[in-house]
Amino acid sequence: MATQHSRSAARIMMAPAVFLLLVWMLVPLSMTLWFSVRSYLPLRGGDQGFVGLENFTRFVTSSAFWPAILTTLIIVGGVLLISIVFGILLAMLLDQPMWGQGVVRILVIAPFFVMPTVSALVWKNMFMDPVNGLFAHLWRFFGADPIVWLSDASVFSIIMIVSWQWLPFATLILLTAIQSLDSEQLEAAEMDGANPLARFAFITLPHLSRAITIVILIQTIFLLAVFAEIFVTTGGAFGTRTLTYLIYQRVLESQNVGLGSAGGVYAIILANIVAIFLMRIVGKNLDR
Amino acid sequence: MGRITLDKVQKAFGEVEVIPPLDLTIEDGEFVVFVGPSGCGKSTLLRLIAGLEDVTGGQIRIDGNDATSVPPAKRGLAMVFQSYALYPHMSVRKNIAFPLRMAKMEQAEQDRRVQAAADVLNLSDYIDRRPGQLSGGQRQRVAIGRAIVREPSAFLFDEPLSNLDAALRHGMRLEISELHKRLDTTMIYVTHDQVEAMTMADKIVVLQAGVIEQVGSPLELYKTPRNLFVAGFIGSPKMNFFHGAEAAKHDAHTIGIRPEHLTVSTTEGTWKGTVGVAEHLGSDTFMHIHPEANPSETITVRVGGEFSATHGDTVFLTPADDNIHRFDADGMRMG
Ligand SMILES: Nc1ncnc2c1ncn2[C@@H]1O[C@H](COP(=O)(O)OP(=O)(O)OP(=O)(O)O)[C@@H](O)[C@H]1O
Ligand SMILES: [Mg+2]
Repeated sequence: MATQHSRSAARIMMAPAVFLLLVWMLVPLSMTLWFSVRSYLPLRGGDQGFVGLENFTRFVTSSAFWPAILTTLIIVGGVLLISIVFGILLAMLLDQPMWGQGVVRILVIAPFFVMPTVSALVWKNMFMDPVNGLFAHLWRFFGADPIVWLSDASVFSIIMIVSWQWLPFATLILLTAIQSLDSEQLEAAEMDGANPLARFAFITLPHLSRAITIVILIQTIFLLAVFAEIFVTTGGAFGTRTLTYLIYQRVLESQNVGLGSAGGVYAIILANIVAIFLMRIVGKNLDR
Repeated sequence: MGRITLDKVQKAFGEVEVIPPLDLTIEDGEFVVFVGPSGCGKSTLLRLIAGLEDVTGGQIRIDGNDATSVPPAKRGLAMVFQSYALYPHMSVRKNIAFPLRMAKMEQAEQDRRVQAAADVLNLSDYIDRRPGQLSGGQRQRVAIGRAIVREPSAFLFDEPLSNLDAALRHGMRLEISELHKRLDTTMIYVTHDQVEAMTMADKIVVLQAGVIEQVGSPLELYKTPRNLFVAGFIGSPKMNFFHGAEAAKHDAHTIGIRPEHLTVSTTEGTWKGTVGVAEHLGSDTFMHIHPEANPSETITVRVGGEFSATHGDTVFLTPADDNIHRFDADGMRMG
C-alpha cells in the first residue's frame, strides 16, 4: 500500500465492510442508550417517557449489582487461568512427536465446535447430575457422597464447563506459538546449563507471552458475555448471576427494558475498561 | 584442557546410518575444521560431541574421561549456532550472563566476566540492546560472547559465518582466529567455505557421507590429497582431472593438476586449446579452456595478474610436472 492511488483504492474497497460494521454496531448501541434513559415496561404501561439517569442509579444500587460484577470477574478470571495453564501443558504435550498426532489434535480441538448450550447440557446431565452423573458414580465408587455440583459448587461448575469449551482455543493458539520456537534456542539453553524447568521459564514462556496475551484478550471479550452455560444449568441461582445474566433478568424476567438497558451500558463500560487495560499489555508485548 | 577423542563413534537416525563408526582425536588447543559437502554429517558430528544427539555406538572422551552419556551442560563445551540462537527477549548483557546465571555464579563475578567478554568483542556500546536491534555481525559476536564467559574447555562452531556478507565474514574470520590465539582453547569449526577452512585450521577433517576421507594440515591436504575426493574438494578453483591416454602417460588411472600449476602461452606448450570463458579479476585471471583433443571438456587455469585473452583465442597449456597428482583405479593417491 505504498502509493496514494493504491491507498485510496483500498479505502473504497473497505468502505462497504466498514459501513456494514458501523450500522451493525451503531443501531443496537443507540437503541440501548435510548432505552436506558426511559422508563419502558412492556407489560406495565409500555413506554412511560424520559426518566433521566434514574435507571442507572437503580441498577447499581440494587443489591444484586456488586455480587454480579464479582461473579463475572471470578468466572472470567477462573476460565482464563484454567485455559491458559492447561493450554500451555496441552500444547507442549501435543508438540511432542507421538503416534496418532493428527487424530489427537483434532480430538483436542473438538469441544470448540460444540455449541455452548449443548455442551452445558451434556455437562449438567451426564457429568454433574448428583444421581446419574459420571462424577456421582465416581464419587460413590470411592465411597464418598456425590457432590451436588450445580448448587454446592455452582460457580466452579460453570468455570469448569466454560473452560472445557475454551481450552481448545487456547491450546491451538499456544501450540502454533510453541511450534514457532526455534529449537536451537532450547539447545543453546541446554548447553548453557539450563535444566528443563529453567528452559521453560526462561525460553519457552517468554516466547509464548505474545500468544498468551492474545488468548487473554480474545477470551475475555467472549467470556464477559457468557450466558447460555448459566441459563441452562443454574439459571442464575446459587451465586452464578453474572452481569450479563442480571441484565437478561431485568429485561425479560422483570420486564423492565429501561433498567436492563442501563445495565447494558454498564456492561459496555466494563468491557471497554478491560479491553483498554488488555490492549496496553498486548501493545507492550507486541512492540518487541 | 580440551582433548577430545572419538572412538568408533556411530550415529543412525532410525534405519539411516548417517555416521558409520569413526575415530578422531582432537588435541588440546587445536583449531580443527570439519569440511565436506552438504549433508555429509558435519553438523551431526558436532552435535554428537556437544551431546545434543545421543551416539548410536562408540565412545566420546573429553580429557580422557568418558563423556558419552554426560549431559551437554556438564561436558564443559560451548557451542555457537549458525542461527546464533540468541534469546530474543533478553538484552545482550543478559544473553551473555545466562550461562553464568544458570551456574548460580555470584553477581559480582557474573558482571566482571560479562564486562570482560564485552570488551574483548567490542560489545560494550550495545550491551543493553535486544538481539533484534543488532546487525548480523554484532549478533554473531554476542553468540561468541555467550560462549566464552563460561570458559569452556572447547568451542564448537557450526557454520557461524554463513549468514554474513563477504566483507564481514572476512573480519569475523580474523577475529575468531585471533580469539583462538589468545584463549588457546580447542576449537572445532564446521564450514563449507574453502577459504575459512584453509586459513583458520590447524587441522582439517574432510568428510564425505559420514566417513573421514583425510585428516591433515591445510597444506598437507593441498599438496598430498589422499584420494580423488579430497583432491577435488580442497582448492579453489577445483583441480583438473584427466583420464585415459593422458593419465596413462604417467602410469596412472587418473591424474590431477591444479589450475595454478598450469602455465599458459600463446605460442607453444603441451596441450593446445581454445579459450571459453575468461574471468578477469585483476589480481588473477581464471580461464576455462577447451582442449583441442577433446573440446567437450574444460580445463581451468589460473594465471597470476592480468592475461589478455578472450573467447575463441588459441592458447597452449603446459603442466608443471612435479605438481601432477596421480591416482589409481580406486581413486587413491599413488606415490
Ligand atoms: N534428526 C534427523 N533425523 C533424520 N535424519 C537426519 C536428522 N538430522 C540430520 N539427518 C540427516 O543426516 C545427514 C547429515 O546431516 P547434517 O546436518 O549433519 O549435514 P551437514 O554436513 O551439516 O550439512 P550442511 O552442510 O548442509 O549443514 C543428512 O543426510 C540429514 O538428512
Ligand atoms: Mg550443517
